[in-house]
Amino acid sequence: MSKGKSMVAAKKKGNAKSKAGKKVVSSTRNIKVDALARVEGEGALYVRVKDDVIEDIRFRIFEPPRFFEAFLQGRIYSEAPDITARICGICPLAYQMGSSQAMEQALGVQVTGTLRDLRRLIYCGEWIESHVLHAAMLHAPDFLGLQDSLQLAKDDPEIVKTALRLKKLGNEILEVIGGRAAHPINMKVGGFYKAPRKESVRTLIEPLKWGIGAAIGLAKVFGTFEFPDYEDDYQCVSLRHPDEYAIHEGRIISNRGLDIAVAEYPEHFKETHIAHSNALHGMMMDGSIYYTGPNARYNNNYAQLSKLAKSVAKDCGLGKKCNNLYQSILVRMVETVFACEEALRIVEAYEEPDASCVTIKPGPGIGAGCTEAPRGICLHRYELDKEGRIVSARIQAPTSQNQPQIERDLRGVVQGNLHLSDEDLKWRCEQTIRNYDPCISCATHFLDFSIDRE
Amino acid sequence: MRRTSLTSPSTGSEATAIRVLVICIGNRFRRDDAVGPVVADRLRERGVETVELGGDGVELMDAWAGGEHVILVDAARSGATAGSIHHFDAISTEVPSGLFHYSSHQFSVAEAIEMARVLGRLPPKMGVYGIEGKDFSYGQELSAEVEGALETVTQAIVDEIENAAK
Repeated sequence: MSKGKSMVAAKKKGNAKSKAGKKVVSSTRNIKVDALARVEGEGALYVRVKDDVIEDIRFRIFEPPRFFEAFLQGRIYSEAPDITARICGICPLAYQMGSSQAMEQALGVQVTGTLRDLRRLIYCGEWIESHVLHAAMLHAPDFLGLQDSLQLAKDDPEIVKTALRLKKLGNEILEVIGGRAAHPINMKVGGFYKAPRKESVRTLIEPLKWGIGAAIGLAKVFGTFEFPDYEDDYQCVSLRHPDEYAIHEGRIISNRGLDIAVAEYPEHFKETHIAHSNALHGMMMDGSIYYTGPNARYNNNYAQLSKLAKSVAKDCGLGKKCNNLYQSILVRMVETVFACEEALRIVEAYEEPDASCVTIKPGPGIGAGCTEAPRGICLHRYELDKEGRIVSARIQAPTSQNQPQIERDLRGVVQGNLHLSDEDLKWRCEQTIRNYDPCISCATHFLDFSIDRE
Repeated sequence: MRRTSLTSPSTGSEATAIRVLVICIGNRFRRDDAVGPVVADRLRERGVETVELGGDGVELMDAWAGGEHVILVDAARSGATAGSIHHFDAISTEVPSGLFHYSSHQFSVAEAIEMARVLGRLPPKMGVYGIEGKDFSYGQELSAEVEGALETVTQAIVDEIENAAK
């Protein structure tokens, strides 16, 4: 981090843009956000308040439905990773790897050893680029009272420069291992088309060493922000792996005792269509809503973070649990530190494998896969016929799973902040939605904002 | 991503050649938004290699890093008559607000240029060609108005490259 105009965030400007406490005389308020900025995809928020009671709150996703599950039918198993990758340009690996794992389960193979390490490595790349983009460029301006990352660049160029370089580091990992930063071309069921050369993997060592320090720097700056006071008793659902902080593999667990193999998820999770949204709403079979994403992982698996990641968490003000989702910006940076460390560990130990993938024999089967996309668990399930063609496909993206919890948070936040002006309340709502780093394109399978106060 | 910087063939000497990097931005499947890539095709026919990008601002800033003279070609959506060509020098002028539509995520071409200006990452020379489109729906056909502007834009870029080599 360079000296000079440092990333000292002594200029934190409070949360909303000011003038809180303005008494609202009229008893009816409508708040509308017609096109939410700084999120991926298109969505809107509508809130109607009558006599200080919320009558209606709707987080609408109007990004058109995309029908991936339907057009996967009839495709050969090996096509799923590259087709599903197109669901998202930010987290293609959540689709490539989740679908690959599902196919591997269906066809009875396992990817282990160096190939598994390479998968974890490239996934660290996706976490780094996605987390940094969201935390620094899209979410941080909310806490500084700034409109966007361009304002942030004028206000504190070091934050933006550091973030851009870190994001690029994430992209470089995807390029080296996956052949391309968006929609990698080297991922396949069973492993990789080509194992990366040792010398190209080793070019990542120095940038990753820099990356650890840079991510710590950003975490500390963000730790000085003021965080709105809102917590919920979240039902945190995440992966858990016995040997490591789960990123790309594990069992699905929750802080309320759920502990299932990925293949069992259809018995525990469902998706329901809601009229106001093109995204399905995810919930547990008992109808309870849940949260998936960085804070769920952190709350469930804190013990498995590295010593350094834990100390960064402590230094930026986090305890061992974090139920204030505004602080997800901090958790994202802690995970970025961890992802850089993990990536470095794998890169330093890398030796080229004898084979770039395991051999697969197509056939019938049913399989499920799940990885921790930067914004939460991404579930896949496929059924294959005797030739290995897809009979049915089911994909649950993290944003659709989080949608009911986002609405619940919005309800809580609006109810607790009715004293704010419409403009400030709208700001707070958008900030709340961005806690989830929602990927609306993925979920349609996102934001206009409106509030009616009656 | 292909990156080719141009050295004018007329000058044998590397030392005096000015490198021009042409970046064409757009989506071939969103009708008039394809104008950048289609101009890239026309330029290729005339021996000019370009870089094609989808319009992600971060990627765009990386693409011109190290370039001395950069030309950007993109569809514009400002409300002007379809097919009209907006040409401006990005070094001396701010990107006219409202000229380019916003990408659905991350930041757009205009924001990338302004971000680069703030961070001191603009190349020494940058010309921007914005071709006003009218139909950005799904499909691969350009509107007749944008089609009609292709030759003029292509020729203007070829001229700019040739002038740079002089």
